[in-house]
Order: sequence, then structure tokens, then C-alpha cells
Amino acid sequence: MDLAAPALHPGILDIDAAAEVERIAHALRSALTGELRRRGLIVAMSGGVDSSVCAALAVRAVGASKVHALMLPEHESSDFSLTRAQALAQQLGIEYTVEAIGPALEAIGCYARRDAAMREVFPAYASTWKSKISIAGGRDGGFNYFKLTVQSPDGKLHEARLPHKQYLQVVAATSFKQRLRKTMEYYHADRLHYAVVGTPNRLEYDQGFFVKNGDGSADLKPIAHLYKTQVYALARHLDIPREIREAPPTTDTYTLDQGQDEFYFALRHDRMDVALWAYNHGIPAAELEAFLELPAGTGAYVYRDIESKRAATRYLHARPVLVEPLPELGH
Amino acid sequence: MQQQEIVTAVRAFLRENFLVDDEAGLGEDTSFMQTHTLDSTGFVELIGFVEETFGLEVRDEEMLPENFDSLANIAHYVARKHEPATAR
Repeated sequence: MDLAAPALHPGILDIDAAAEVERIAHALRSALTGELRRRGLIVAMSGGVDSSVCAALAVRAVGASKVHALMLPEHESSDFSLTRAQALAQQLGIEYTVEAIGPALEAIGCYARRDAAMREVFPAYASTWKSKISIAGGRDGGFNYFKLTVQSPDGKLHEARLPHKQYLQVVAATSFKQRLRKTMEYYHADRLHYAVVGTPNRLEYDQGFFVKNGDGSADLKPIAHLYKTQVYALARHLDIPREIREAPPTTDTYTLDQGQDEFYFALRHDRMDVALWAYNHGIPAAELEAFLELPAGTGAYVYRDIESKRAATRYLHARPVLVEPLPELGH
Repeated sequence: MQQQEIVTAVRAFLRENFLVDDEAGLGEDTSFMQTHTLDSTGFVELIGFVEETFGLEVRDEEMLPENFDSLANIAHYVARKHEPATAR
């Protein structure tokens, strides 16, 4: 092992939560008065820990009167998401608007287009069935691909690999959810002359776990530099309710229960944090394996999975390509 | 089917579908991963093409770099799948 490389130990993700909150609040204020020139912040609250922490940070940055929260439920999101988010908005003393986007999603064909693709794989699939997609392959050293799981009303589960074309259509149709939410966020941002807060954590931001021009779009991303473990540390410091802190991270996008790790990440978030930190710090795969007690040889798979997702999602981060630079605009 | 025919068919598919520049020199042993020719979504599409074109079923556990990460690997894999079961 390279002696210069930092070693893995249980404290690698420790953070001074109070200082970090101050640093982020200062950065948000500076961005609003400087580059963005907006006078408040919009935060869409999902009831999950990331958006909850972002809402609390926004309040620390500009005060409750300058933060407007949105809850954007649709036909398939969980009721808990809405009630948890509303309770926190009340605790934080911020105004909020509930905008049910289900009817608009229906009108634009989000559910019908997704279901049509799913029926190409399972012809009996109907809108009364439940469904989810989950990632497979990468953690076992293979290529990442997606499996479609559907549940018929009798409770029976059926699973199949999603072919390329149907996978793309399921994702394209489902992404209407994130994109319509963002459209609503910018409506309120424009109405109030506020800026939009994006809520990805470092795992999501690095590994491309977001929809381009959907949840990936924002004016500020206050926790994109923080590992999920660190977001939880901030959540405790900011008095985010226990029920939010203890709920397992879900996508709240598909009708069958679905953890984020099952959908996208090779490992559960606390272990994925360690893996990404180790990868970023040049820790040999064998040392990661030992630290996380992974089966021999799979540390390299996890690293390859990190690289592969970074490569596959580079497009999500890319600005529109210009044929020649426009230096007068700084582009 | 000869291995060379498999290589030719897959190369044509890559050129057509992934805008792979021939001048980039897609050698038979060139790794699609290392040259960033394909990402994971691209491999799923490639595997769909292989299944359809060569009339075989790729099992989940066969979706590995050693079977699909170069023209030569694909040719070997397809040839092996086409061997009669008794010969394997």
C-alpha cells in the first residue's frame, strides 16, 4: 500500500456539523446576493432526509420568511412522504404549497407510456398491477442492467431483464415525474423571484442518480459535496424529526417498494459512502474489501461500478456543447 | 458461422448504432470499456443485438466483460454458444 494514502478507519466521514451548517448557510446567502440575484429559496420537500436537510439549511441561510417549500405528490408517491414533509415545513415555520401533479402526469401520458413499455415485457401487465425496476450485474462484476419486477393483483411477483428499448421508454416516461416537479418549482421561483435549491447528496451527484432537467436541475446544490452519512449528521444537528432520519432512502417513484440501493447503487448507502470515499482517496480495493467485509475480489467490482456509472452519466452533467467558445459570456 | 463473420456483423452494428469512427481503429481485441466505446446502457443494447442476430439467449450471469468487451470476446462467446451441447 502507498504509505501516503490515507487509511480507512471508522471516522473517515466524521464532520463538524455545526461548522458545516454555518459554511453552507454562508455559501447560500452569498450565491443569492451575488451570482444569482434572487431574494429567497424554493425547496421541494419529498419527506426524505436530503430535501429535509436542504429546507432546514435554507432557513438557516435566509430565514424562514424567505423560504417557500413545495410538496409535489403524484398518484404513486407515498402518503407518508407528504405528511412528513408538511410536518417539517410547519416545524421550520416556512410557507408551503401542495401541488398535486398526478393529473398533469396523466394528461401528458407518463403512466400510460410507462405501462405500454412494461406490457411489451409482461403482456398481462395492467395499471392495477404494481411495478419497479432494479439494477443488477455491476456488483457481481458484470455489466449493469435493469430488471423489471411486476406484481399481479393476486400478489404474485414476476421478474425479467428489461431489454434496451423498453428500459429506455420506462425511464423516459417515469422521468416526467421529476421534470414536471422541476417545472412547478421554477413556476414558484419565478413568481416569487426566488432561486431553486437542488437536493442531491454526493453519492447521487457523483454517480448520476438524477434526471437531467428534472431533479438534476437547480440554481444551488447545497449538499452535493456531502456523503449521505454526513447528511444524516447534519440532519441530527438540525433537529430533523426521527421518523425522517430513520426512514430507509427510497425512490418513491415506482409502485412497488424500492430502496435506492436496489434501484441504483451497488451497496447500501452507508457502505457505498465508504466505497466512494475510498475510491476517491486511492485506497486499494483489497483494503476496502477488508474494511467492509466484502467477499474476496468484489472490492474491484465496486470500484469498476463507480467508474462505470460516472462514465455513463457524464452526459447528465454536461452543459450544452457550443461549436466555439463565447468568452464574452464566460462560456 | 465463422468467427470472422461474427466480427464483421458486430463491427457493422457498432458503426451504425454508436457512431463509432472506423478511424478510431476498432481492433478485434480493443476493449469497449477502456476506450469508452460503450457504457453499460450500450452493452445492454449490444447484447440485445447479439441475441437477435445470432439466435441465442444470453443468460444474466453471462453479461460479463469476458464475453462482450471486445469483438474477439463476442466472436468466441457466440461460437461457443453455437456449439452443440455435447461438444461443450
